Amino acid sequence: MSKALLYDATMCIGCKQCEAACAQQNKLPYDDRVAAESVQSEHKYTVVLTKDDKFMRRLCMHCEHPACASACPVGAFHKTKEGPVVYDVWKCIGCRYCMVACAFAQPKYEWQSLNPRVRKCIMCPDRVLAGKQTACAEICPTGATKFGEREDLIQEARDRIRQSPSTYLPRIYGLNEVGGTSVFILSSKKVEEYGYPASEKIGETPMPEYTGRVMDRVPDFIPVWSLVLGGIYWISHRREEVAAAEAEEKKNGGAR
Amino acid sequence: MKIKLTFWRVIFLIIMALGLYSAFIRYFRGLGAATNMSDQFPWGLWIGFDCLCGVMLASGGFCMVGAVYLFNVERLHSVVRPAVLTAFLGYILFIVGLLFDLGRPWFIWHQLIYMNFHSVMFEVGMCVMTYTTVLFFEFLPNIFERFNLQTPIKWINKIYPVLIVLGILLSTLHQSSLGSLYLIMPSKLHPFWYTPALPFLFFGSAIAVGLAMTIFESTQSAKAFGRHLELPVLVTLGGALLVALWVNALLRFEDYLHRGMLRQIIRPSYEAYFLWLELALTFVIPITMLSFKKVRLSPELLYLASIFTVLGFITNRLNIALIGFETYAGHHYMPKWTEFSITLMIIAMGFALFGLAAKYLPIFPEKAHVVEQHVRTQPRPVAASAVLSHAGY
Repeated sequence: MSKALLYDATMCIGCKQCEAACAQQNKLPYDDRVAAESVQSEHKYTVVLTKDDKFMRRLCMHCEHPACASACPVGAFHKTKEGPVVYDVWKCIGCRYCMVACAFAQPKYEWQSLNPRVRKCIMCPDRVLAGKQTACAEICPTGATKFGEREDLIQEARDRIRQSPSTYLPRIYGLNEVGGTSVFILSSKKVEEYGYPASEKIGETPMPEYTGRVMDRVPDFIPVWSLVLGGIYWISHRREEVAAAEAEEKKNGGAR
Repeated sequence: MKIKLTFWRVIFLIIMALGLYSAFIRYFRGLGAATNMSDQFPWGLWIGFDCLCGVMLASGGFCMVGAVYLFNVERLHSVVRPAVLTAFLGYILFIVGLLFDLGRPWFIWHQLIYMNFHSVMFEVGMCVMTYTTVLFFEFLPNIFERFNLQTPIKWINKIYPVLIVLGILLSTLHQSSLGSLYLIMPSKLHPFWYTPALPFLFFGSAIAVGLAMTIFESTQSAKAFGRHLELPVLVTLGGALLVALWVNALLRFEDYLHRGMLRQIIRPSYEAYFLWLELALTFVIPITMLSFKKVRLSPELLYLASIFTVLGFITNRLNIALIGFETYAGHHYMPKWTEFSITLMIIAMGFALFGLAAKYLPIFPEKAHVVEQHVRTQPRPVAASAVLSHAGY
């Protein structure tokens, strides 16, 4: 069964304890200066944003069909069956196609490093595999970030919207976006206001399908195109041979 | 031996010195210090120019090999060698550029063991690697002839048909796949440039630029090495370029029509200005020029038209790689001086290596003695008018 996170912005009090717990879990520096930063970066995998007394968390969405995993030439990213999209740093060659490919702009880069890594929320895979919650969900004092089975969380999100339709916008962000994710967001304000891409902009088609449509043709294209090219070569050179043979014949005929 | 310090050599030395200093910054201070790339702009000038444009500018190799060996256009025989040389150097320099851009270039070989068959980048990487090897073999006869090694020339001749077919197959794949790279970001790349037709457009532009670059380098090397300029060759290429540009223009128009973008592209906007510049340079100017017979028969004007074409398609690819992402990223990206400096160094290395090869290897027909045994006879330098009438003018 695959795990997921449900973030309910209406329950969030903006305490930023998830940021601190995330930093501790991933051995990243965290102090007042980092806490004040309102952008995600190579040392800040998740951020709590504030706008008009309303809060919003940003983190990797852990797509069901991740663009990063499909884009990476060396397969450094993969979606685990438990839910997290994880990164194998030892494979990475640093092409940064994952960063360009991600619709949520989640992978960040260690630009200052001489041996740079791609950094993003990896949904605490060690904890998840050990049957524990993610660090951010565990520390959350109000339950705004909730960890659980993906199907259960979808049901719970639906229930919350049904029970208090005046509180929430009637949509679960992440349910269908780019083919579904493992992070769901409920809120009273549009997520776009906090930098999330609009649902209608990214659509419901998994991003890997856009390149897959072309890549799927390659195995057929190679033999067919080789045959066509080889055929053209053969014909054009055959014509030459025939012409040469005819010329030879003519010459012989003339001599006779 | 005394080396004279000419104007261009001084320029070359300055570019190399700055480039090496920038390389030092890149490898000892990191990508952050050497570039203006950021999390919002993970791909900059090095991907946009060195990679996307570099591969396009090297497409003359497969175009000419295809024209001469596949379609038997004998008139173009004399430009195959310089075109293959340009392509070989182009791909080597592309890989050099990649070594600057990759965050962990020392792991570039991971491509060979951790293969991800779903990745367009993987396909491009494998094709470029194999094609560079093919180009190396296509280039080898130059070396063998230089040292008059008959036996290996025979070996190469035996596998030549395979090299030709393989080279064109790989070129078709990766020239178009460079466009496919961008298919995965429909929400990021500006709709002026994001289209499902990207792979076709990239392949089409590679052919147009391959022809234009061959005109450019033939004229350029004629000037530089005091060679006799073969007008019939240029005239053939010019005619083909006109056709290729029309096909490209039609593809672009069809694409905009199909996606209902025609209204938007004529409305002024930041992106529209760059699009207009691109369309003017790629299509309007060179197609108008080449439509005149006078232009198609004049080496100087053909040279000019080819320069417009090349600049146009460079603008096109930079628009896709850089301008097309600015609205999404929410800020302008301007390469740092170190980025420009390394790109300039790579271009300068290309010119210098081409010059050296042209000087010491039998690249140009006058020097090719043993060359022609295996392939058909060299077109004799006929008076221009005679060949022109033959070409149908």
